[in-house]
Amino acid sequence: MKELRYDAVVIGAGAAGMAAALEIVAGGFTCALLDREDQLGGILPQCIHNGFGLHEFGKELTGPEFAELFAEKILASKVAIHLGTTVFSINAQGVADKEILCSSAANGVIRILCRAVVLAMGCRERNRGNIRIPGSRPAGVYTAGLAQRLVNIEGYVPGRNVVVIGSGDIGLIMARRMSWVGCSVKAVIEIMPYPSGLTRNIVQCLNDFDIPLHLSCQTTNIYGKDRVEGVEVTPLENGAPVPDKAFRIPCDTVLLSVGLVPENELSKEAGVELNAMTNGPLVDSTLMTNVDGVFACGNVLHVHDLVDWVAEEARQAGRHAVAWLKGERPKVQCRLKAGSNVRYANPGRLDPMRKNKVYLRSLIVKNDAVLELKLNNRVLRSEKKGHIQPSEMITLSVGPSDLEGAGSDAVLEVSLV
Amino acid sequence: MGKKSSLPETAGGNNDVYDVVIVGCGVSGANIARRLSVYKIRVAVVEKETDVSFGTSKANSGIVHGGFHHNRKYLKARLEIQGAMMFDRLRRELDFPFRRCGIIVAAMHEDEMKAVEHLYMQGTDNGVIGIEMCSRERILDLEPKLSQDVVGGLYAPAGGIVEPYRFVFALVESAKKNGVSVLTDYKLEVANWDAGTTTWTLHAADGRSLCTRFVVNSAGLYADEVSRTFGAEDFSISARKGEYYLLDRLTKARPSRVVFPVPTAVSKGMLVIPTVEGTVLVGPTADATEDKTDLATTSMRLEQILDSGRKMIPSLSRNDVITSFAGLRPVLDEDFYIEASKKAPALIQVAGIQSPGLTASPAIGEYVKDLLKGIGLELTEKSDWDPFIDRHPRVRESTPYERDELIAKDPAYGNLVCRCENVSEAEIVEAVRLGHRTLDGVKYFTRAQMGRCQGGFCTYKIIKIIMRETGLTYDQVTKHGHASRVLEGEL
Amino acid sequence: MSIKENVDGTLAVSGNRCPRGSAYAVEELRSPKRMVTATCRLASVAACAEDGTKTGQTVHPGQKGQPGLCDPRRVPVRSSVPCPKERVHELLVAIYARTVQGPVKCGDVVIENWMGTGIDVVASRSLE
Repeated sequence: MKELRYDAVVIGAGAAGMAAALEIVAGGFTCALLDREDQLGGILPQCIHNGFGLHEFGKELTGPEFAELFAEKILASKVAIHLGTTVFSINAQGVADKEILCSSAANGVIRILCRAVVLAMGCRERNRGNIRIPGSRPAGVYTAGLAQRLVNIEGYVPGRNVVVIGSGDIGLIMARRMSWVGCSVKAVIEIMPYPSGLTRNIVQCLNDFDIPLHLSCQTTNIYGKDRVEGVEVTPLENGAPVPDKAFRIPCDTVLLSVGLVPENELSKEAGVELNAMTNGPLVDSTLMTNVDGVFACGNVLHVHDLVDWVAEEARQAGRHAVAWLKGERPKVQCRLKAGSNVRYANPGRLDPMRKNKVYLRSLIVKNDAVLELKLNNRVLRSEKKGHIQPSEMITLSVGPSDLEGAGSDAVLEVSLV
Repeated sequence: MGKKSSLPETAGGNNDVYDVVIVGCGVSGANIARRLSVYKIRVAVVEKETDVSFGTSKANSGIVHGGFHHNRKYLKARLEIQGAMMFDRLRRELDFPFRRCGIIVAAMHEDEMKAVEHLYMQGTDNGVIGIEMCSRERILDLEPKLSQDVVGGLYAPAGGIVEPYRFVFALVESAKKNGVSVLTDYKLEVANWDAGTTTWTLHAADGRSLCTRFVVNSAGLYADEVSRTFGAEDFSISARKGEYYLLDRLTKARPSRVVFPVPTAVSKGMLVIPTVEGTVLVGPTADATEDKTDLATTSMRLEQILDSGRKMIPSLSRNDVITSFAGLRPVLDEDFYIEASKKAPALIQVAGIQSPGLTASPAIGEYVKDLLKGIGLELTEKSDWDPFIDRHPRVRESTPYERDELIAKDPAYGNLVCRCENVSEAEIVEAVRLGHRTLDGVKYFTRAQMGRCQGGFCTYKIIKIIMRETGLTYDQVTKHGHASRVLEGEL
Repeated sequence: MSIKENVDGTLAVSGNRCPRGSAYAVEELRSPKRMVTATCRLASVAACAEDGTKTGQTVHPGQKGQPGLCDPRRVPVRSSVPCPKERVHELLVAIYARTVQGPVKCGDVVIENWMGTGIDVVASRSLE
């Protein structure tokens, strides 16, 4: 069995993994970057639409272009790249060196010993089983991401007459993509009374193609013996389905875009505690989990909307891993709580001695919303946020000027009112 | 005898001639085939689906029953007891997942203890070893995940869990190894009896035909149609649907024993089953249905399943559900109908095999062999019959060192295709080469697509592997055969 | 965000959160254009993996020399500038008709000055 040793190992070579790894080697430490795919970039290579990189690079790029810019930097750096390598075991607690076992066709089983680990495994899609859509089990039911892979990388069209479940950006993007490859997209079904994707995508992915959007509707059955033949859609009134008003849409393909779940199986195995609101690890101001020397960033920590924030967050994680490797730790960390109408706020702790970037999500849709930051129940500041909705992540900078003098017992609360 | 053929009579020279043809390759047919493969006879199994075990057997609960649910006046009870004892040896020979984890029947109030006592007496009457009545304290000790409301119950330590499709696949692989032919996508349409040669000629919908001296009808849901095709007894199989939920392997609610409620007059009830592969199965329901192809799950029943399961195991949570599915039981009578036909010559009926069908199936194989002997099939044992099949390495069952060695021999063991269930490319290639060319066939053999992501990440790779290994084009790859194409076009 | 037409025919845009929004809003009303992204067939069978030899790591090229399971069969492409909405379908037809010979570099022009519109179609990924 091959044995390798590095200061740090980054698991996942998407935008988060690449950004974190670059920071670690820039900090003078050795770093391995592992990914189960044979390519760098994570999910980005199949996201061939544009809209990436406006903040990171000042340009509107496609997913592959964004990934390639980072990949070039990785290839030019001292990061040790291990592609086609899947981690199947991790032992991070109660050991001097953390042990990672991984499997690759080229190198067999590799045992990697390291001091720091950065978790950057991204997320998986919620599927039919998770949301329990009753009915038969014909061919033709796909998650949007799988359909995206089939169309954009493999060049196969999974169906002809499509119904998309979920009006998040992934579903909207795929509604357009399927239309552009010659399919007929019959409808997009959304359970909430408002669409969860960006308005720009509603216009360019639905309106442009006259695809009806059924709001406040639930998919209550999938029909078909061998292949999908149709779906049953039931409108909701006051949040409850009205079976009398159910209607059928004939189709041969169902694309599910019903949410993403951070992939934390390895994290759990490593002893990392998760936050039930994010399904990602609980982290402190250095993006470190409860396991010493194990950090998390990107979609595995919480599902992001913009890959630009993923890269920014991951760079922080990389820098914090460097500091940790040097033996540096924040002297004081105060708690950050999610207050009114806030689903979650990451990280769970803040360092009063420096600037902290907070990422949070709203529980509500509101225009003219105000973000309020309180320290020990005293309002520190308010910021006008205008329109907020759960599907648009909000960022906030909190620094020494806000937290001056705050001790480790101080509690910050962020609310949306 | 038999339906009048509209196809030309086969002259004999072109056909394959067999001693026994088994119609239907579910758990019964597979056991019969393997049992018969011991003898110097030519055996074939014909199966209308694209892969074996694609009928009722793939949606089985996967339980090797405790031998106390049925009175021994029934053939099914006797065969259940015999069959249950054969599983350990079969597992050693065929390497399918099987474990005796024990079965518990939980009584949730005092009235139910009478029914439990009846089961206990029935079990002892049937000769079950080790069965015991339990107090509340004892039963909670045996199964700590049970609700605190439990008042007592029954414990059958020999009860077990098995992966039903792996069991069937292994039986079929062993039968094939010992010379049995398995023909899939074989939809039987016409059967003609030639009194002169005392042979049946079978014709499939796609034009294939074969000749045989004896026939076994083990066609599950369609045993009635097959019986009529042979001009045999006229009976009617109806379908009773069972819906199940599958829970994540990490669920807190996983019991260590199979947990049964007290049975009703009609069914054994909805169970909580720790599957042998580590997940949790809750169900099945029992609903009559007109349509023998109706495998739809319904929200009403799914909710019922969770509610019912929670009465016994309170920690069952909706959040742990990864998928749901349904199966259809072939309903005929109270008991198994396993007899030589009195109407059609050289035909053994194996119909109405509901629970405890899987448990009984090894004994069904034995029983049918004897019935065939009784109607004139000469049985001479082969000297070279091999009970074993090659063990198929699976990386998730290997230690890291074993894995490393596997990869050294074949790098494809190092390429993990299904990350959720830890399945390597080599295993998927092996599944395809063994004849499992559909997404579902690969799924049942390897477990790829069965995990948390339900195929979200691995499906496109499996499609490509199937195409690469079989030469099928993109529009020929199916989920479970027939018209279940997965891809409709190519850019 | 809202748009109002002034008396003189110009448009007043308000409520946009970013300055580009007002230019977008005006154009959306007058002459809507769309950035087009799609894929072209890739005519090569080499492994897709980034060349790991630079870092000394060997990269698995697929089982026994055959194309790897991850090897892409399509090159993603994009229009260099937005295309008038009513001609998007036509542009897509032209894109799907093209086969690109590997290796291709991100930025390579796949279709130059399509139908004299000044729109190029460029590769948005480097592949062998």
